[in-house]
Order: sequence, then structure tokens, then C-alpha cells
Amino acid sequence: MIPRSLVNINDYDKDDILHTLKLAAEFKKNPDRDLLKGKICATLFFEPSTRTRLSFETAVSRLQGRIIGFSDASTSSSTKGESLKDTIMMVSNYADLIIMRHHLEGSARYASEISPVPFINAGDGSNQHPTQTLLDLFSIFETQGTLDNLKITIVGDLKYGRAVHSLIQGLSHFNPSFNFVAPKELRIPDKYKSYCDNLNISYNEYSDFSPESINSADILYMTRVQRERFTDLMEYERVKNVYVLHNEMLKDSKDNLKVLHPLPRVKEIDQDVDDNPKAYYFQQAKNGMFVRQAVICDLMGISVTK
Amino acid sequence: MRKELQVAALENGTAIDHIPTEAVFNVVSLLQLQKLNNRITIGNNLKSSKMGLKGIIKVSNKFFEENEINRIALVAPNVNLNIIKDYEVIEKKKVTLPDEIIEIVKCNNPKCITNNEPMKTRFHVIDKENVELQCHYCEVKIQKEEIILQ
Repeated sequence: MIPRSLVNINDYDKDDILHTLKLAAEFKKNPDRDLLKGKICATLFFEPSTRTRLSFETAVSRLQGRIIGFSDASTSSSTKGESLKDTIMMVSNYADLIIMRHHLEGSARYASEISPVPFINAGDGSNQHPTQTLLDLFSIFETQGTLDNLKITIVGDLKYGRAVHSLIQGLSHFNPSFNFVAPKELRIPDKYKSYCDNLNISYNEYSDFSPESINSADILYMTRVQRERFTDLMEYERVKNVYVLHNEMLKDSKDNLKVLHPLPRVKEIDQDVDDNPKAYYFQQAKNGMFVRQAVICDLMGISVTK
Repeated sequence: MRKELQVAALENGTAIDHIPTEAVFNVVSLLQLQKLNNRITIGNNLKSSKMGLKGIIKVSNKFFEENEINRIALVAPNVNLNIIKDYEVIEKKKVTLPDEIIEIVKCNNPKCITNNEPMKTRFHVIDKENVELQCHYCEVKIQKEEIILQ
């Protein structure tokens, strides 16, 4: 039984994940339905995130639901000192579903426990962003035909990258093996290495972006070195251009390789990669909409027929 | 040789013995002893054959609830509790950490919702032996030596 809220990718077990991906595939075939007709969905973005908000709002609109909410905390009553609890209680008077992005970690768990209507975490600080993980898993499943026994090379900011940490957890059900490619300063935290150790998930760590790490992979998951995660901007300047993918680096890669990226991309994937059929990051972002349609309907108890 | 009592004997109440010296005042605050009107004796840096130095707290006419007393396992997991009636120890107890700790501990993550919203903190005890906690909300893990009491 899928819980009524989605806060953390670990709220979903293996069956829940596969069920959601199957539903998302149905929405990909036909995203325009009237399943949310007469329903109101609130998008509460205490922290701006245009990409995620547009994806959720398009998902709702294509299902003929209506949207209320705000895209920036400065236009919400939290600037007047209203507590998160009160905001959630107010909004749940009006909406049938709450989708929230908030800069504070743990805000989503708290809101989900208060909210009398289904709740989706659209990112709580550097903690969790479970629909990102689901769209990553969907894109992997779609391009590889399976989630089982894949070799995933993850490159870039493995220390602060929320998407990376959740992807490791989401894939943990499917016997993956990982190459972690990161500069020393941004390497994968020990707690994720012991997480893999405990689950017998094999991994290699590289501090250089070697041909071996690319050519052995089924999925190359690139990430941005995020400026906003740094307190020391000099440090950011030193590492931001360390790991950049160019088209010629893919010449000996496996035929089934796909390059993914949670976006936005800055410079870590050169534009010359975009026309390579192995580049899949824009389709991956689009898949987010279908995955979100699936999660929304599932949490609201709306059955989806083919 | 006459044995000298380091702390006066208790007629009725609870004696908490073998407290690590650095944890004595944390135990006072975890049990909210400052709010009690009972007679309380606090001894610290007393000689102990087991520990070298130890602390001891005796509270007259007070018998703590299990969930109250178990809080002190956070800072002093190996204390001995002696329940005393008529100068006799009628029960000896050990403290054990509960599975969940509500309100007592502050989350170390400044960006955690619990540090920014009027609400109770809540932690899962993920390792009772080594005293490791995980914030129910922001999921940050806190080791024993990092614990900050509210």
C-alpha cells in the first residue's frame, strides 16, 4: 500500500517504485486526461524552483486539475511570520493535494504529518527530492529496459548532491554497481559508502574522470557543482570545471549508454554532447512530468486506466 | 577503619549512582531537578573504585517514571538507580535508552525545521549501545558526543 504522502524515496519500497514507473509509462503514452477534473492542487514554493514547479504544474494541468499557490516565499504569509503549520492548515482548507518546496530540511516530513490532504515533497533543502529520483529511475528503466544489475557512473558533486544520494538509495533495490567520480573535496560521504557496504552494493571511487569509468557504464549520471552549496566561493571556483563531459569522451562507450543529468546544466556537459543520441537529459526532464502525474494520481487514490 | 559516608544516607527516594562526573549537571537538567522542592543531594568528584571519580544524586521522596528516568541514558548510560525505602535499597535498576526521544535533544542542523518552527524535536535512537540519534525530520544523524540538550 503506497503511503498518502511522498516525502522521502525510502517511503517507497521496490514494488511501490515499480508500480509508479508503470503508471508513468501509461501517462507517457497519453498524458492528457481528465483525472483531476474538479480538483485543486496547491504548489507552495517557499524557495523558487522554476523547473520543478513548471513540471508539477504542467502535470496537473494536463490532467485538468486547477492550481493555487505561490512560487516565492516573499509573496506568501511566511514573510509575516506565519508558521509552516498554519500555512499548511490554511492551504489544506482549499486544496485536495499539497506540493511543497521549502528551504528548510525536514519541513516536508513535518508538513506531511500536519496536512490532512495528500502531500508531495518537491524538495526540502538539501534533504530529499523524491520525484527527482523517480524520474531518474524511470529514465533508466525506459532506456535500459530494466533497473536490475546496471553499472552507474555518477560524476561531479557527490558530497552535496541530493539527487545523487537519493538515486543511490532508489537504485539499492536493484543490485546496481557504482563508479563514484568526484574531486577529493566533493567525494561521496562515508555514510553512503557504508550504506552500499551494508547492502553488498559494489562501487569504485575515482578522483579522475577516466575513460574506464565512462566505458564500463550503462548510465553516466552527470551533476552540477552547485554554487549555492558552497560557503567558500574560492573553493567553488577551484572545483567547478574539474569534471566536464565532451562528446569525444563517449566514443568508446557502450551502445546502450545514456547520459543523464538532473539539470540545470552549467558547463559540466559540453553542448557538443547534446546531439549525440546517448544524451538523454532533456527527455529525462520531460519524463518528470509523467512521473509526477503518476505520483499525484496514486497519492490521491485516483485509478488510472490505459 | 571507620567507613566514611561520602553523601548522607537517604531515607526514602531515588539514588542515582555512578554518574560520570562530566554528566552530573546534565542529569540534573534532564530530570528537571531544579523544578523540584524535594531535598536533593548532589555529590560530584567522589571517589569510586569502579570509575575513579563519579557523581551521585539523591532525591528524597521522589520515584521517577520509567520514561522520565530513561532520558539520562543519553548522557549517562551506565548509571545505577537505587530505589530506597526506610534506608533500604528495595530495587536496583539500569537505565535504557527509549526507541524515540521527544523534545529533550536539539537538532544540530541549523537548517532543520525544528530549529525554525515552534515544534517539538523528535529523534529515533538508531544505535542504543553507542548512543546515535537520527532526527525524524531532517534525517541528520547525531553521535553521542554531539548531543546538545534543549
